[in-house]
Amino acid sequence: MPVSGGYMTAADAIRFLPEIILTVMGALLMVLDPIIAKRSSKAFGHLSILALVAAGAAAIYAYQTPGNAFGDMLVVDGFATFFRVLVVVVGILTILPSYRFLARQEAETGEFHALLLFSITGQCIMAAANDLIIIFIGLEISSIASYILAGYLRDDKRANESALKYFLLGSFATAFFLYGVAVIYGSTGTTNLSAVRAQLMGPDAAPALFVGLAAALMFVGLAFKVSAAPFQVWAPDVYQGAPTPVTAFLSAGPKAAAFAIFLRIFLTAFEPIRHGWEPLVWGSALLSMTIGNFAALQQSNIKRMLAYSSVAHAGYVLVALTARPEVGTSAAMFYLAAYAFMNVGAFAVVSHLSGRGERYVSIDDFAGLGVKQPLTAAMFAIFLLSLIGVPLTGGFFGKFYIFRAALESHLVWLSVLGLLNSAVAAYYYLRILVVMYMKEPSEAANKVEPLGLGLRLALIVPAIATLFLGIFPNWVLDFAGKSANFVK
Amino acid sequence: MNLLTALLAAPLVAFLIALCIPRSSAQASRLWALISSLAIFGMSLGLLNWFDRNASGEQFTLDVPWISSPDIHFAISVNAISFWLILLTTLLTPLCVLLSWRSIHERVKEFFAFLLLLEFGLVGVFMAQDLFLFYVFWEICLVPMYFLIGIWGHDRRIYAAVKFFLYTMAGSVLMLVAIIYIYNRALTFNYTTIVELLASGRLTFSPAEQLWLFLAFFFAFAIKVPLFPLHTWLPDAHVEAPSAGSVMLASVMLKMGTYGILHFCLPLFPAAATQCAPWIVVLAIIGIIYGALVAMVQPNMKKLVAYSSVSHLGFVILGIFSFTQQGMDGAVYQMLNHGISTGALFVIVGLLYERRHSLEIKDYGGVATAAPWLSIAFLITTLASIGLPMLNNFVGEFLVLQGAAISNYTWAIFASIGVILSACYMLWMYQRVFYGEVNPEVRSHVFDLNGREWATVIPLIAMMVWMGMYSQSFLPPVGKVTARVLQQVQSNVPMRVAIPARTEAANAR
Repeated sequence: MPVSGGYMTAADAIRFLPEIILTVMGALLMVLDPIIAKRSSKAFGHLSILALVAAGAAAIYAYQTPGNAFGDMLVVDGFATFFRVLVVVVGILTILPSYRFLARQEAETGEFHALLLFSITGQCIMAAANDLIIIFIGLEISSIASYILAGYLRDDKRANESALKYFLLGSFATAFFLYGVAVIYGSTGTTNLSAVRAQLMGPDAAPALFVGLAAALMFVGLAFKVSAAPFQVWAPDVYQGAPTPVTAFLSAGPKAAAFAIFLRIFLTAFEPIRHGWEPLVWGSALLSMTIGNFAALQQSNIKRMLAYSSVAHAGYVLVALTARPEVGTSAAMFYLAAYAFMNVGAFAVVSHLSGRGERYVSIDDFAGLGVKQPLTAAMFAIFLLSLIGVPLTGGFFGKFYIFRAALESHLVWLSVLGLLNSAVAAYYYLRILVVMYMKEPSEAANKVEPLGLGLRLALIVPAIATLFLGIFPNWVLDFAGKSANFVK
Repeated sequence: MNLLTALLAAPLVAFLIALCIPRSSAQASRLWALISSLAIFGMSLGLLNWFDRNASGEQFTLDVPWISSPDIHFAISVNAISFWLILLTTLLTPLCVLLSWRSIHERVKEFFAFLLLLEFGLVGVFMAQDLFLFYVFWEICLVPMYFLIGIWGHDRRIYAAVKFFLYTMAGSVLMLVAIIYIYNRALTFNYTTIVELLASGRLTFSPAEQLWLFLAFFFAFAIKVPLFPLHTWLPDAHVEAPSAGSVMLASVMLKMGTYGILHFCLPLFPAAATQCAPWIVVLAIIGIIYGALVAMVQPNMKKLVAYSSVSHLGFVILGIFSFTQQGMDGAVYQMLNHGISTGALFVIVGLLYERRHSLEIKDYGGVATAAPWLSIAFLITTLASIGLPMLNNFVGEFLVLQGAAISNYTWAIFASIGVILSACYMLWMYQRVFYGEVNPEVRSHVFDLNGREWATVIPLIAMMVWMGMYSQSFLPPVGKVTARVLQQVQSNVPMRVAIPARTEAANAR
């Protein structure tokens, strides 16, 4: 699509402001790296948080005048704003615990923060993209930065393995996605989501074979990005090997953004062929929940366990995708927000306890944390109860809305199996609560550092958000409900 | 702000304040728990002033919107049944605080905080009129009890705590599916509204739908009761829990299940309930006899009492599903009786454990010589538990058996075997623990009740006598509510048996 007039208008610039801010700050950090690296390494973190806060504010400001930008390439609607703010908040909550983490690993550089900002830029673009090409660009910006982040501790063997695996499999998945985009362009003559939709609903719709093929290819690519079964095999290794703050980020930010484009593509462009892809998503949802939960039961490494749990949670969100779009979309949005908070919070605890060289990441290392550091343990307990889905937490309402949407769409079996799955999941989350509160303190708990300000914030803010979403879900849910109608 | 909200909010406020007490001053935590729980008990007694004993419907109704979409309300109210259960909860909580005064010496602050949180959840369960709110409180109860068992329990506490959590969770997710399903059809979570919609025919479920929904609810409740064969979590949880945990678990938490059946299952799905009744009754009778037989061979006192609970709760289920006025009144009365007498059994077993540090029957013998007053207290409780006339259980069991006999004589005959067996296992245990040769360890360790322990035991014994001698204080308001439930069941299904209208009429014959 040609950009209107070839110039960027003021409105375009405002609607693209979050990305501009993040890119500029990311580039600035790389330049500043050699200048301030040794003197005050905390400055990188401060500057990144500043940029993220500004980007979040810009995203909200841009939403005051919603509309399209750069032709129809970008669209700033409620949906885009919701996800932009979400990934920005995830970014802030990733940086807060990483001050201590990076200092402990003696790896404080500007590049960590620059890469994080670039990755978030990509996710913001994904959230607002309304064109398959832009979606692809956003996906690549986000992914490539994430690949490097996964291997950020370059002397660590597992981190290297993690990065390589993520890179190889990730590129493969992106290729699938791109192939799907090519097929769509070939058969409909456009990459704009609204135009594709119009074409598919029109009288001379593209042949079902090609469109179906394209949808299947894109499904594979996106299912990989959100770590849904049967494309989840990379997740445990990558999550385990990556530095813990990065794992926290990967499990929340890129995942939420990938779900954003998943929802946008399948509920706008491919909505006309809904009956075709619905069984695929249905199957993938059930498979993800089951594989994720049952595999998590076996794990002794907490990062690996949370990785499998994140596969299961992807399954829950896919359930929302199979429900009627009006209710399903807002349920998925709510769930992703709740999930981001509880998961980032849980990983913040893991990174706090992990120690130098990430020695303490087995579940047994959490033994006695309830005695040694009651506040940390209590916050972790809130996150775990939310992951289980106990009422008055965001995780419970998320599940509740998703399964309500599913039942409203008469998916009784999927709901029953999904909820029984969540009872299975309770077992492995409870194991952590058990060791934390009911066992004698371990070496790790005895050595745990006192909580610094950054970590304190990184624990308390998500905990409050989790409880807030559980007790007063209206606020977020109303916004999600309003934004669930895509520009079509 | 109505009075009921204040009663519900009080334990939550007490819990939050308990969290703020510094960890170092354990005594302050104990005192705060005692003062606040006594104040809450006082509040609930005060509410009795405004409580209308002649009403069959819900009282102190409060309905405030909570979440707009889906339409969830903070809707609470009480009727006679739930109000008695709330009084039971608020009575037992201070007694549990007293019971745990010395026996809990690690992480004291957390223990009493969890106890208050548990009280909040339980009071909420019995008040909630919004199905969603009910589910919320139902699950909230799970968390403090899980920690009470898991942190302060005995040797196999972790296994027991996890098993307890998972069993309840598995049942309750099915209930959640059913609740959402009902909402999608009725577009409200409000229990009273749904019942009205059903009665007026504006909302109907097909027989198959009704059956599945009934089973989803019933499964969650039956696990909690527990109904044979879903009872296996109960002996573990009771035995491993600290004394106060066992008391709350047996006395109040099991009643969540029977209350749920009576309050939600029957009025919402009357046809399915009547259809399933014969099967459920058979399971209840198996539970009565099986629980009693297993109790008889237990070498562990707590386990014995735990299995006796399976047996006693079988009576409650039998009474409810006899669909007679007497049976239902008896079932409700038996819920309260079991709360008092089994609570007292766990209290005194807990006191013995504090002294002798063993729950094995063989480690005792001759306690009556060493601690005569403690033995007398236990004897009264034992007699109450086996249903001696003039004590509370007799009234409940009699009414249940009468109701069962009206419905089906065979049921009553089999169920009464359980009454006989209960005398066997309880008296045999009493004989082995309290009489016989004085065990040397018992002589040196087991001393008589002190003032604090008297204060724990006396209220329960007083209640046993009161409830046994003058059931008129408690039963008439209950009868109003059960009559309403019964009428809701019968108006929806053809009657299977001729049912006498009133308890008094039946008694007069």
